[in-house]
Amino acid sequence: MTSADNLRAFKRDGRIVVVGASLAGLRAAEALRGEGFTGSLTMIGDEPSEPYDRPPLSKQVLTGWVPADGTLLPRRRDIDAEWLLGVPAGGLDMRANQVRLADGREVPFDRVLIATGVRARPWFVESEADLDGVFVLRTREHAEGLQRALAAGPSRVLIIGAGFTGSEIASICRERGIAVTVAELAPAPLVGALGAMVGDVAADMQRAHGVDLRCGVKVTRLEGDAQGRFRRAHFDDGSAIDADVAVVALGGIRNTEWLRGSGLAAGVWGIACDTGCRALTLDGLITDDVFAAGDVARCPNPIYEYRLISLEHWANAVEQAEVAAHNMVSGQADRWPHLSLPVFWSIQFGVNIKTVGVPTFADEVVVTQGSVADRRFVAAYGYRGRVTAAVSFNNAKWLDHYRQLIETAAPFPPPFPAPDQPADMKPVPVDFPGPTLLAQGATVVVTGHDPGERRVTSAQQHR
Amino acid sequence: MRVVVDLSRCQGYAQCAFLAPEAFRMHGEEALMYDPNPDDAQRDRVLRAAAACPVQAILVDRLEARDVPVEASPS
Repeated sequence: MTSADNLRAFKRDGRIVVVGASLAGLRAAEALRGEGFTGSLTMIGDEPSEPYDRPPLSKQVLTGWVPADGTLLPRRRDIDAEWLLGVPAGGLDMRANQVRLADGREVPFDRVLIATGVRARPWFVESEADLDGVFVLRTREHAEGLQRALAAGPSRVLIIGAGFTGSEIASICRERGIAVTVAELAPAPLVGALGAMVGDVAADMQRAHGVDLRCGVKVTRLEGDAQGRFRRAHFDDGSAIDADVAVVALGGIRNTEWLRGSGLAAGVWGIACDTGCRALTLDGLITDDVFAAGDVARCPNPIYEYRLISLEHWANAVEQAEVAAHNMVSGQADRWPHLSLPVFWSIQFGVNIKTVGVPTFADEVVVTQGSVADRRFVAAYGYRGRVTAAVSFNNAKWLDHYRQLIETAAPFPPPFPAPDQPADMKPVPVDFPGPTLLAQGATVVVTGHDPGERRVTSAQQHR
Repeated sequence: MRVVVDLSRCQGYAQCAFLAPEAFRMHGEEALMYDPNPDDAQRDRVLRAAAACPVQAILVDRLEARDVPVEASPS
């Protein structure tokens, strides 16, 4: 039988298992059916409910506008799947082509898609994390509990970590008139994602909205009362504050532990893949039947010197799911690379923050449009003389333009005049704390608009 | 009904907030907040908003009879 016959038979009668029943898993399942896959489809998920959307949890749900169970994802088509929910996967056997569930059941597959995502990083002392009033925010149960705690009118909320989630929660606390302290180890909020210049803007924004922002401090201990209720937090500078609610917003942990011993190149950074979402083994070999998408997938991005990058972004989950699904039911010559640039958004303190590209892949940043003082601007990020990313504060309409600059490896700073351009356009060092994504290597240009025709060619270096 | 807005596409044109103000609201100058589960009585207005979105960022449930998992199968 030819491989084309094999593929036709697989599309008709094959078995596909999707591990992870959230955004990426659902979108992949819909895409598989859309591509004409009529075989058996099994969805495995550790949460008891059908797929729901997470971004509204830290926004609409916490304001009290939308109930936590009101964010189920719309369906684009009937996926005719068998759902195994409320039980996590426990292992992957690549010899027997089986997913083992935590309860011991075994689910055979011809091809498997891993989309197990991330979970919230808990507070590092378990007894303190268990105090009544200490929250993380990742699932709808978390959102429900935190919403209830905010509705009860706490005297003060402490937020540990001023990344995007921590900052969004701080914003909602202020909107609800709740006193809030934000503790951040870095010199400013959002600095790990966007660098020092934009971090300073974020810090001013928080303080202008009445947030008690404390940077460069570490929370050392969460103290409870005799009833096990959180009451006070201690800092490494010897100070302490009283609060009724603490939100631990220290990022996520990728759900890859269940793959230990599977032979896949899976670890704390995610599952290493090619741009077609095929997983790599520990030896660096491409698997043909194991795919990954969403927060756990760690794919090389040619635009960023083929660095393996994993992204916890909504659009990335959607796009990777579609590429992975297409490749799962396509022959060698018809596969698609996932070449789209990362895009990300956050809504906080009434400002729409959006990024395109990878801002941590930069050595300089420059405000190219608008005014930082008005919190309405675009800043472009550059690495060695080419544009690599952009961030907008209330100026999102411009980001497609910057996307094009990034995809064509345009020189940095962008040399042409743009509307609303500040008089003094001077790049400054981007200044990220800790290690960044920098490396030396190829620079490429992305061509094509359709996933089926997108390819890269090499580009000339500007400096 | 179920709604999701791809906010990485949304550019704050606010057409949806004009056409279905109970389901879509502007937050500040250009950020959109929406109800992911608007009342079925809103359906026509939400569909009109989805059709009017200049960047087609609004996705509305296409299923009449949903293939939803009936109950979780606990271990």
